Formats: sequence, C-alpha cells, structure tokens
Amino acid sequence: MRRESLINVLLAAGLLGFPLWAYVMNEPFLITLSTRVAILALAGVGLNIALGLGGLVSLGHAAFFGIGGYAMGILASHAQSYAPLMESPFLIEGTKSMPIIWLVAIIASGLAALMIGGLSLRTSGVYFIMITLAFGQMFFYFSISWPAYGGEDGLSIYVRNGFPGLNTLDPIQFFLICYVLLVAVLFFANRLAQSPFGLALNAARQNAMRVETVGITPYQLRLTGFVISGMITGLAGALFADLNRFVSPSMFSWQTSGEIMIFVILGGTARLFGPVAGAAVFIALEHILGGLSEFWHIYLGVLLLGIVLFARGGIIGTLAGHEVRHD
Amino acid sequence: MSLILLIEQILNGLQFGVMLFLTAAGLTLVFGVMGLINLAHGSLFMIGAFAAAATAAATGNFALALMASMAAAAAAGALIEVCVIRRLYDRDHLDQVLATFALILIFSEGTRWMFGSFPLYLNIPEMLSGPIALPGGIQYPLYRLTLIAIGLIIALGLFLLISRTRLGIQIRAGESDREMIAALGVDITRLYTIVFALGAALAGLAGALIGAIQSVQVGMGEPVLILAFVVIVIGGIGSIKGALIGSLLVGVTNTLGAVLLPATFKLIMEPATAATVGSSLASMLIYILMAIVLIVKPTGLFGVRV
Amino acid sequence: MKFKSILLAASVAALSATTAMAEPVKIGMITTLSGGGAGLGIDVRDGFMLAMKQSDNSDIEVVIEDDQRKPDIAVQLADRMIQSDKVDILTGIIWSNLAMAVVPAATAQGKFYLSPNAGPSALAGKGCHKNYFNVAWQNDNLHEAAGAYANSAGHKNSFILAPNYPAGHDALTGYKRQYGGELAGETYTKLGQKDYASEIAQIRASGADSVFFFLPGGMGISFLKQYADSGVNLPVVGPAFSFDQGILQAVGGAAMGVKNTSQWNKDIDNAANAAFVESFQAEYGRLPSLYASQGFDTANLILSAIAKADVNDQDAFRSALEAAEFASVRGDFKFGSNHHPIQDIYVREVIQEGEVFTNKILGVALEDHADAYAGDCNL
Repeated sequence: MRRESLINVLLAAGLLGFPLWAYVMNEPFLITLSTRVAILALAGVGLNIALGLGGLVSLGHAAFFGIGGYAMGILASHAQSYAPLMESPFLIEGTKSMPIIWLVAIIASGLAALMIGGLSLRTSGVYFIMITLAFGQMFFYFSISWPAYGGEDGLSIYVRNGFPGLNTLDPIQFFLICYVLLVAVLFFANRLAQSPFGLALNAARQNAMRVETVGITPYQLRLTGFVISGMITGLAGALFADLNRFVSPSMFSWQTSGEIMIFVILGGTARLFGPVAGAAVFIALEHILGGLSEFWHIYLGVLLLGIVLFARGGIIGTLAGHEVRHD
Repeated sequence: MSLILLIEQILNGLQFGVMLFLTAAGLTLVFGVMGLINLAHGSLFMIGAFAAAATAAATGNFALALMASMAAAAAAGALIEVCVIRRLYDRDHLDQVLATFALILIFSEGTRWMFGSFPLYLNIPEMLSGPIALPGGIQYPLYRLTLIAIGLIIALGLFLLISRTRLGIQIRAGESDREMIAALGVDITRLYTIVFALGAALAGLAGALIGAIQSVQVGMGEPVLILAFVVIVIGGIGSIKGALIGSLLVGVTNTLGAVLLPATFKLIMEPATAATVGSSLASMLIYILMAIVLIVKPTGLFGVRV
Repeated sequence: MKFKSILLAASVAALSATTAMAEPVKIGMITTLSGGGAGLGIDVRDGFMLAMKQSDNSDIEVVIEDDQRKPDIAVQLADRMIQSDKVDILTGIIWSNLAMAVVPAATAQGKFYLSPNAGPSALAGKGCHKNYFNVAWQNDNLHEAAGAYANSAGHKNSFILAPNYPAGHDALTGYKRQYGGELAGETYTKLGQKDYASEIAQIRASGADSVFFFLPGGMGISFLKQYADSGVNLPVVGPAFSFDQGILQAVGGAAMGVKNTSQWNKDIDNAANAAFVESFQAEYGRLPSLYASQGFDTANLILSAIAKADVNDQDAFRSALEAAEFASVRGDFKFGSNHHPIQDIYVREVIQEGEVFTNKILGVALEDHADAYAGDCNL
C-alpha cells in the first residue's frame, strides 16, 4: 500500500472513530466539532477539484457555500412559517426534508458557478483570483442589504431539518449523515480525477496548448470542473447551515473563501484527503490556540506562513514524502 | 435632483476615485513587475493610517504624520518583501494568496496588540478644514479638494517616473521580460524591493489621508483592497493608466449609483421599498460594472496580458 | 441509550443527595474580544468581571470565550458551553445577528440567557422566551428616545439615515415611532460605508432642520468627522453608540455639543454609579463606557438572583431575576412582561473635561420607557 493511501485510510478511520469515542464518553460537543470538520472538509473537497485538478485559484467559493446555506435557510424558513415560496405560476412550498434541500442547494450553487465561472474563466491567473473574489463580495453585499431573508441578522431555523428514518437532532446521527456524504463525495472525486474528463482537466492545467492541439477546448473543461466544484461546496454549505441551525451573510464573506482555501492547502493541494486533514488540523488549532491567547490569529498566521514557505505539499505531502507528486 | 447637487456628487466620486487610485497603483505595479498577487496590500494601507495617527498624536503636525505614514508603510513593505514575498515570486499564485492571507492575520492582530482595540484619533489639519465656495454656489470641503489635487499630482508623478526615469525604464523592462533585464546587469532583487516599497508607501499615504476623514481602526484595509482589485480588473493589470481610469470609474459609479438608484426607484415604487431595493442594487453596482467590462474586454480596458 | 440514561439518572440522584449547595454556578460568556468590534466586548467583559470580583463569591465560575464577531463561531461556542462545560447561564453577546443565532437555541435547551447589549425586536415580541432576559435595552429604545427629544427640541423636518441592515431599519422605525415632524429625507447607507460625502450633500440640499443618524462603530466616527468638516451646521441627534467613551476620543472635537440618547451616563447621581465609575477607573485605568455599565449591571443582576435562589430550581431563579433587586448603576430598573427593561432614557451632550471627551446629562427624554413589542409576547 502506498504511504498516502495508508494515511488516507487512517484519516477516514480517525474522523469516524473520534466522534464514536466521544459518543461513548458522552461528550456531545466533540461530536459537533467532528461534524464541523466533516462538513468543512466537504467544502474543501469541492474547492480542491477546481484548485488541485483544474489549477483554478478561486477566492470566491464562499459564494457557493453561502448559496447552499441560504437554500437550506430559505426552504426551511418557509416550511417553518407555512408560507409558500411562490404561488404563481405554480405553487412552491418550503420543505424541511434534507434530501430535497441538498438537491436544491446543489442545483442553485451549480447555476451560480455556471454564471461566475462562465465570466471569470474568460481570464486566468491573478485576474481570475480577483474576479472570483469580487463576485463573492457581490453576493455578500447583496445578502446583507436584501431584507426579505433577515439581511445581516440571518435566518434562524429552530429545529434541524429531517432525514427519513433518522433523528437528525441527535449529534451522532447527524454526524454520520455528513460523514457518509463526505466519503461518497471523496469516492466520486477520486473517480473523477481518474476519468477521461479529470485527466483532460489536469492536462489543461499543466499545458493548455497541448490539450487544445488534440481538439479539446480548455474553457469547457474548466467550466465543467468549476461547476462541479461549486456544487459540492454548495452541498457543504447546506449541511453547515443545518449544523448551526442558522444561516447568515458571514457565510458569504471573503474570509470564508480564504478559510476553505486554507483547509485545502494546509492538507496538501490536489491530495484526495488533503481537505480532510486540513480541516481537522484547522479546527483543532482554533480550539487550542483560541484558548491560549486573545491574539491567536497571529500564531495562526505565522504557522500558515511557515507551511507555505517551508512545508510545500501540506500535511499529507510532508507525511507521505514525495513519492507521488501530482504536479 | 438639482445640478449643483449632481456636480457635488461627481466631485465626491472623483475624490473617492483618486484615493482608490493610490491604493490600486501599488498593487498593479507589483502585479505587473513581479507577477505577484498581494492580499496584504490592505494591511499596508492600515499601517499608514496607524502610523499617521500615532505621529499626529505625538507631534500634532499633519505633514509629519503623512511622512511617517509613507515611511512606516514603505518600511513594512520592504520588510515583508525581503523576509517573505521574495520567496514567493517563483511560486504559483496559490502559494502567494495563502502567504499574503497569513500576513493579513499577523498584521491585523499585531496592530491590535500594539494599539489596542479602540479606534484611534486622526483629524484633518486646521488650515484645510471647513468648506469653501466654488463657482456656481457649491459649498465643498477644502480637504476633499486637496485630496483630489494630491491624487492627481501623484498620478502625474507616477507617469513621469515610469516614462522618464531610469527606474521607470527598469520597471517597464521588468514588466515585459524579467530574465532579460537581469541578464543585462540590472540588480533585479533591489528593483523588486524598491517597487514593492514604493507601492506600499502609496498605500500608506492613502491610508493616512483617508484616515483623517474616516476612522482609523483594525480591518480598515480589506474593503479598500477588494475595491482595488475591482479597479485593476477593470483597468487592466500592470497599467498605471488603467488603474487611474478604473479608479475614477469605480469611484463615480459607486457614488452616483448610491444616490441615483434609490431616487430612480422612487419614481416607480413606494419610498420605503425604493430605498431598500435601490441601495441593495447600488451595493452591487461596481461588480456589475466589472462583469460588463469583462464581457467586452477580458483583459481590462488597458491591459495586454491575460 | 437505555444504559446511558440509567447511568445519568443514578449520577443525578447521587449528586442531589451529596451536593445540595456546594456546586458552583457556571456562567458562560460569549463576547467579541478580537477583530474590529473588540472594544465593545472587552468593555462588557471588564464591567462584568469587576462586579464578580467585588462580590467575592467563590461559588461562581465564569467561562469567557471570543466569538470573533462571527455567528457560526458563536453558535459553536454556545454548543460547547452547554454540552461540554455544562454552564447554567449564558451571557455576553454584543451583536444582534449573533444573538439571533445563539439565543433561541440556548433557551430551547433550558439555559438562561441574559443579554448585556443586543436587543433584537424578534426576541422582544413573538420570539420572547421565559429564560431570556435583556439587561440593556430593546434595540429601538434609544432611537425612540432620540425621536422624543427631537420633538421637545422643536425639530420639524429631520433628515434620517442608517445602514441598510436589520438594526438600521429598526433604528429609523424607532425614531419615527416617537418623532412627530416631517422627514426631509430618509436614506439607507451601505453597511461598513466610510465615506458620507454623498449623504452630506443630500442633507445640505434637502432643507432639513436636523439630522438623526444611527451609524455604529467606525461608520459613525467617519460620518461625524466628515459632517463637522462639511460646514452643514444643522443640529445632530443620535443614539449613544457613536458617542460612547471608547469611541469618542477617536471622533474628537467633531462630536462636541452633539445630543445623544442613553440609558446610562457616568454622572447619573446614585451611590452605585459613583462607586462603579470610581472602581472601574481604579481597576482598568480608563473611564467606563455604556457597555461596561451594562456588563456590570448584568453581573449584579445574576449575583442578586444567585443570592436568593438555586439556579437549578429554574422557576425560583427566574422569579429572582424578574424581581431585579439589585442596585443598578442607572438608578431605577425593572423588567417588563417580556423581560426587557423599563427604564428612563436620558439625553446627553458631548463635552470636554480637560483632555478627555465625555458626556453630561441634560435631562430625561423618555420616562419609565418600555418597548413597543411587549404586547406580542405571550409570557
């Protein structure tokens, strides 16, 4: 077994084992924390498709995260108040069913990714970074100033949405839902990377001209990759909102984009389990450093700087050595 | 809306634009010459404002405060260039984004650690305070007129610097071919540090000038940074002219949008809804402007490279 | 599951048998201690801890955490404090949007929440809860007082502005609820906006006779400095937030003479307040702010209830809180039916004492004022 595969198996087992241990020890908060890791890792897996596979440095993925969150918030708040979303031309009602919410979140964030990606992918490099950041801000300001769904106050959902046959209010059951989704998406991302599409996208990242000469348009490849990436991050957003039973414009903020990117890079860009390792370490740091000092962001900054400058390849890259470089 | 009010609002937009230009100019130079994306540019803006506030509090002299702001921001810029940024030129943009994001965290909390959590005091000097009467009966603050003048003078100075001086020739050469000018014997390491410090000093100066009419507090740099990005996308990377035109466009669009949109909606809706819808749309207006420019000209108005 | 609940029941029985008194009361404080809004959280915390220190009660344990002004972090901290630290009482949140994220869930899980600052209307009206107490004000209160003051000052044509977000809408609604004159203009600005040249130009052109604004934090500093420089000399009225001790030094002379409304000031004449102002200065070396006074009152309210009832006897503890028998630094203080304050709200004027800018009380704007949402609350 390659060393990276071994690390991946250990990570997957650890992320499952820790909350189960917490359950036995009756520490529900640690389960909540693990759920947070699973959800943020899912968001990172989404971004990693654009970032690692496609080489698209998007600093606007908070837009999809937020859209997923608001898909949940809007549907659930309408269900909560028994007011239909719209009555004409046909009736759409709110819902508290997780599968439907997920589907809506995926479709809505996919459409947004199509729009943002369609425009932004006309450029590349630093332009692309700045444009995605600016589009993310556009959603942020809109969500603050549009009063219908709470504006800056956000939306509170008093009871977590339901999943057939499960009690989602029980922390461990909700964790398992998120964990299963994460594993399924990881499986999908792995297959995607090895599919003809994934290989072509990766090739377009390394040398766009060569891909073009064999008759593939990099633009379409990248756009498809960007949309898939946005959809997964949107799904994570819906779960995140359900975890907090609350959604607000802060999900759209550019710091959120930065944090999702940190998960990916901390763990190791283009590594399948990179976001999982990154999210786990980030959440752990937030708790350990946050307890030590009011100014813990300074330490976080120094640590990040150290990783970028001296530990390229992130956690998994460092642990697994350089046996397989994906780039 | 009366003509006088409209002219006043256009002046406001111009003033906003030229200050944006000071921040965007440094960013676009660093992009152009070193190919580096620097998210921490907003932190240099903040450092300038804090340095100015501290100096003004100690000496009471505004001119001295402005000089301190440029010196402090340039020093901070040179310091991070030598310690961190220099190692990033050969890296991909992803590493640059993450490293400069880390610098924001360090600068923001470091500033709070040094200066405390409350906003600092910095005010405009006595001789520039108060309004003056312009032709046509417009009352306009003298300080804002001064800002417009300072911004335009610096823009002119930058054009001359780039087109007429030895440093400018090196900068332009660096933009078009990095390896070549190094091969020709230009000390490229020194050139990079100078360009970075110059950009930082301009951002610091903007921070101090703006800090005098706004609030000097931690986090004041990031909104400006994002606006500067929009400016650069519109104007085109590496182009000082693009940064100037882009800044003025964003400044005027933003200011006039916030006034005209709610007023326009009031014609077709009841006032309360119109105010909300109008201001919601106004807050998105510059991003829409950016999208339109992007559709028409993906490299920005004056950019050449994609 | 069954096994666990038996265990739990056994431990509860054991607990109640052995430790009837000794277990300390745990208070969880979630507040903003880092980032741009940290000044407010630090003041609330310092005021709160000053009262705790003065009480010298070793049976109280306070857990303090920083929410970074992010709603999701606040929710996470609340979950941790409830599930893991097992706190009895939560308090500390500064911002309405964070309160909206935390309070409904916390009270639904049977915890007491005492708000030292935020008072969103949703929690005062239909969303009120028996375990939720607000020790500061309902969000509209200070704005209503500003409206009442505008009437008594003879303002007939106000220009009003606030940021375009829920608290901003509440502010203008609150002002209009009391204000009886005409409106020369009504403008919503962008949240976080720092340049008000355009709004000031509109004010100048509108023919208004007075200006009311609600622009918290850096927005207010920016507005006041630019307004003072614009040469528009109309009287300005606002809530205390832009004129408070922490922020006032950054505004400087631009705020001199401005009238603002507040439920507290350092010169309110009562023994508790004099002692508070003196001991706060001695402890921290700065003048206390409005937020510090609210933190101090919140702590003393909790202390008064702990002295009278066991926090595990929720009904008794709630009655003790409702009675509000503590020496508030703002003088008379009592709770309305929806657990929001009924109190006097004053008009203050910004003055300079030596080098320091501060406020002095001019008079009462609204006497024994309750909030407008109490009727919607079924408690």
